[in-house]
Amino acid sequence: MSLTTPVLEGNRLALARLLTQVENDSLEGRAALVELFPHTGRAHLLGVTGAPGTGKSSLVNQLALHYRKTENKKIAIIAVDPSSPFTGGAVLGDRVRMRDLFCDNGVFIRSMATRGSLGGIAQTTGSFVQVFDAAGYDVIIIETVGAGQSEVDVARLAHTTIVVEAPGLGDDIQAIKAGILEIADVLVINKADRPGVEITERALRTTLELAHPTKRISPALAGGAKVRHHGQTMTIEDSSSAPIDSAIWIPPIHKTVATEGKGISELAESIAKHVAHLRLSGDWASRERDRLGSELEAALREELVIRFHRDISKKAYDEVIEKVMSRDLSPSEAVKYLLNGRLK
Amino acid sequence: MKEQKIRVLVAKPGLDGHDRGAKVVARALRDAGMEVIYTGLRQTPEMIAEAALQEDVDVVGLSILSGAHMALAPRIMALLKANGQEKVRVFIGGIVPDEDMPRLKEMGITGIFGPGASTDDIIKDIREAVK
Repeated sequence: MSLTTPVLEGNRLALARLLTQVENDSLEGRAALVELFPHTGRAHLLGVTGAPGTGKSSLVNQLALHYRKTENKKIAIIAVDPSSPFTGGAVLGDRVRMRDLFCDNGVFIRSMATRGSLGGIAQTTGSFVQVFDAAGYDVIIIETVGAGQSEVDVARLAHTTIVVEAPGLGDDIQAIKAGILEIADVLVINKADRPGVEITERALRTTLELAHPTKRISPALAGGAKVRHHGQTMTIEDSSSAPIDSAIWIPPIHKTVATEGKGISELAESIAKHVAHLRLSGDWASRERDRLGSELEAALREELVIRFHRDISKKAYDEVIEKVMSRDLSPSEAVKYLLNGRLK
Repeated sequence: MKEQKIRVLVAKPGLDGHDRGAKVVARALRDAGMEVIYTGLRQTPEMIAEAALQEDVDVVGLSILSGAHMALAPRIMALLKANGQEKVRVFIGGIVPDEDMPRLKEMGITGIFGPGASTDDIIKDIREAVK
């Protein structure tokens, strides 16, 4: 029996079972994704990432509670934790922090293991999002694994990405490195009742100011004023009235104490502002295009590899591997040889 | 089609606050290549059944040390059934007197592990049960 219809009708067991099919990449799962796709595109996708132990799960718990209480939105939470690279097993423990949400029919929490993916989410997380979207969930929160510096895949998936920091984790040099801070639409310093919160805030603020220098100029100086800077006379351009200014989103910094629910409604307000900004600036459409484009790209790549292997005999393929082993061909030469039948 | 993983919910119903055993088992199942969803202490039967549904698990492992298994287990079994999850295999770990075991088995509990049970046996029984 197809699971698609009961999923669209809101059957939670069918939804749970379909997610398993999708995660296992079964034929039934693939067929259902095709059927569900026309029903997607309505949900707000919210990514939550940050280092292990910064309080992502607790923050997600509070955000979901807030949405349930104030806006009665249906919330899906995809909580990703790492698989062991040695045994493939995993302990998925994000639910421990989400016990406030367990018996609310408007919330659906699904834990998933990365199963070998390295970008902070699993390969099928994007497909999970589509299933929840089609099933009518208004907000889909994707909580990544405890991320280091480069687990940034969630930014490609989500409309709004929240990066969670905690006091005492890094200095201003950490803050100007490429990677995870760059993807933040909203920055959260959680555990803000701990010492060192001012230092963390200053480091993050400095980073943002480096990225958006025009914003620092005080209004009194703006508008063609001349200043001397390193011995040169410079004109300060009027940035406040420039039309481009409204199209720039500068990530706000929020201080929260998730375990006590402090700072959550302010955070939710910023998220709503970001959604409004995305709609107004046209970034919503371009993010959707990027996301679906990269999904298409991945599917295309997979299909091409399957086709390629179907069209070539294993013997011929193994011969080429032997040639690479004996250093007669480099891997890139081997690819050319396999695709063109000759070395060119 | 990718390899299917055995998904196990490890839950502690009731009010005793001792979850060392549950964590040891969770870790052992992880090392056996299973995906273990750990829900933490003081879960109600409703919370456990709902988590089992959302996570679409193959197995639920209950850790009960308080002696309340005859009250908690039937409730959880009934809720799983009401949710359409009668195929989920349920195991109990903890302190269960011998005279309670037949009645728990009758309720549909697949296996019961007391103090000193080896994690190898638990893993073997779970693999056997979900075949």
